[in-house]
Amino acid sequence: MELSYREALNQAMREEMRRDQRVFLIGEDVAYYQGAFKVSKGFVEEFGPKRVVDTPITEAGFTGLAIGAAMAGLHPIVELMTMNFGIVALDQIVNNAAKIRYMSGGQLSVPLVIRGPGSAAHQLGAQHSQSLEAWFCHVPGLKVIAPATPHDAKGLLKSAIRDPDPVIFIEAQLLYGTKGEVQEGEFTIPIGVAEVKRTGRDVTIVAYSKMLLLALEAAEALSREGVEAEVIDPRTLKPLDLQTIVASVKKTGRLVIVEEGWHFCGLGAQIAESVYSTAFDSLDGPIRRVTGEDVPMPYCRPLEDAAIPDLPRVIEAVKSLL
Amino acid sequence: MLNMDTADLFSLYRQMLLIRRFEEKSAEMYALAKIAGFLHLYIGEEAIAVGAIASLRLDDYAISAYRDHGHCLARGSDPGRVMAELFGKATGLCKGKGGSMHLVDLPHRFMGGYAIVGGHIPLATGLAFANKYQSLDLVTVCFFGEGALPSGQAHEAFNLAALWKLPVIFICENNRYGMGTPAERAIALYGDVTETARSYGIAAESVDGMDVLAVRSVMQRVVAQVRAGHGPWFIEATTYRFMGHSMADPAHGHYRTKEEVEEYRKRDPLTLLKSTMMAQKLADEADFKQLEREIGEVVRAAVKFAEESPFPVRSALHADVVQE
Repeated sequence: MELSYREALNQAMREEMRRDQRVFLIGEDVAYYQGAFKVSKGFVEEFGPKRVVDTPITEAGFTGLAIGAAMAGLHPIVELMTMNFGIVALDQIVNNAAKIRYMSGGQLSVPLVIRGPGSAAHQLGAQHSQSLEAWFCHVPGLKVIAPATPHDAKGLLKSAIRDPDPVIFIEAQLLYGTKGEVQEGEFTIPIGVAEVKRTGRDVTIVAYSKMLLLALEAAEALSREGVEAEVIDPRTLKPLDLQTIVASVKKTGRLVIVEEGWHFCGLGAQIAESVYSTAFDSLDGPIRRVTGEDVPMPYCRPLEDAAIPDLPRVIEAVKSLL
Repeated sequence: MLNMDTADLFSLYRQMLLIRRFEEKSAEMYALAKIAGFLHLYIGEEAIAVGAIASLRLDDYAISAYRDHGHCLARGSDPGRVMAELFGKATGLCKGKGGSMHLVDLPHRFMGGYAIVGGHIPLATGLAFANKYQSLDLVTVCFFGEGALPSGQAHEAFNLAALWKLPVIFICENNRYGMGTPAERAIALYGDVTETARSYGIAAESVDGMDVLAVRSVMQRVVAQVRAGHGPWFIEATTYRFMGHSMADPAHGHYRTKEEVEEYRKRDPLTLLKSTMMAQKLADEADFKQLEREIGEVVRAAVKFAEESPFPVRSALHADVVQE
């Protein structure tokens, strides 16, 4: 069936909440407002305010509360109105959620999903446009998922909710309205498995979240010029499915990584290092990264456009390797 | 023949003495470099953990900050496994991965020691939230120092606990110093810190944290209230730490006088209870000497267990990051 990304997330949470009483949704305006981006539409009507919990605007407090509830055996889904606000809760996420299993020698678990929109959504300014996935990926104990399609969003969110460890689930705000075919009925997609979204022989493009759509668009344009790009979506950023990426690089000999986050210490740097150290001999040239610019996101449209990867830059990066 | 009351008082005294001697031994082991890292001793504050935890059921939750040995032992943890954790041994409560500041003992419902000041207070509200969500009549007791009181996370947690009437008891162990900064230079409402809780609509009171019977008496009443679903409570237990903030500084240091420390030592919680028992002729010196011998043996055995235990094997490094 065709669903929007938003509807796919809604279905995933709804099915899991029906399946498991321990699952509840907590966050700012998730109940009667139905979520800032309407992801939890109809939830409070179906599950009631006990399981769909509106919070005050205190991310550290309610994220910490959710972690404590997870320690006691519940499976909370924390909705951050945007992932930017995760910075306010970073102490809870990094010092508690990510470390509690390890510090306790495996006695405690934190089965928790923290989800919300990330990345730029046009002219929201410097504090609401960030791609922070590299921050979360850096922390041992966290899993990080950033799906690009409605189908992946549904299958992976269901897996995230069932996972025994904390999962950061990043939805790009501009993807909420996008539509795609979603498998009927009950299904999950395993965490840590990439997918080849387009096959090709000449170059591998790794891209995730919103940037996958850009990469596919670039691949179509390149195809018209006789260049066949293989496009891989890791879907899960940590643990990273390096095998699938390396298998493709061994075939194409060329790799371009597209990410919206800042360049310096960005996720692509890690992916590149992983590929260099395992498949250096298969590469015909240096790995190219197309990234966000190292600036706070400007408000005005021309400068914002200049700060985010676009089609010409992806195509230029690919051509530089041919 | 001891009557029930005497046995009960002895039990409280015994737990406080265990913590005291355990902590003294920890300091000794630190000096011998058997224990490393940060080591924050609970000496002087024993009556709070013992009095408060004595009023709990075994299935209630307790959670603490980084000065956590006392709470863990009062919950009933095996002193050998606690000492082994301080030694960093594989037989420690957390397999040597937590250390002094991060003791956890799930079977004894000790949900951990946490070392970011104020950061565990929201966790306590979450434990309480889970209990309420599952309609369990459990209470959660959250210990923290007065140094955590002005932190944003404490205030966010108080607000949530009050808003949702969560079954949590916040116990502020007011030992008067946040490391070396006196509370009156750190907390705007220092005149009465319970005002902080009351401003959120949380019932609050102060208790003499040197008097284990007073702590227990207040807690018994409060636990019953909270268990009955009347919402959170806040208790300020006034106390004093007889040692430095950690093993890194001496007992009085530059920020407080030796005289001040001596003055507070006159209200040693162990001496207070012992005097009460002696005055009421519930016990004599011989009884206390016998208890000292017993506890001495327990602590010696704990050290022996820690000493003889192996360090974790190298392959343990990557275990427990996520579920295998």
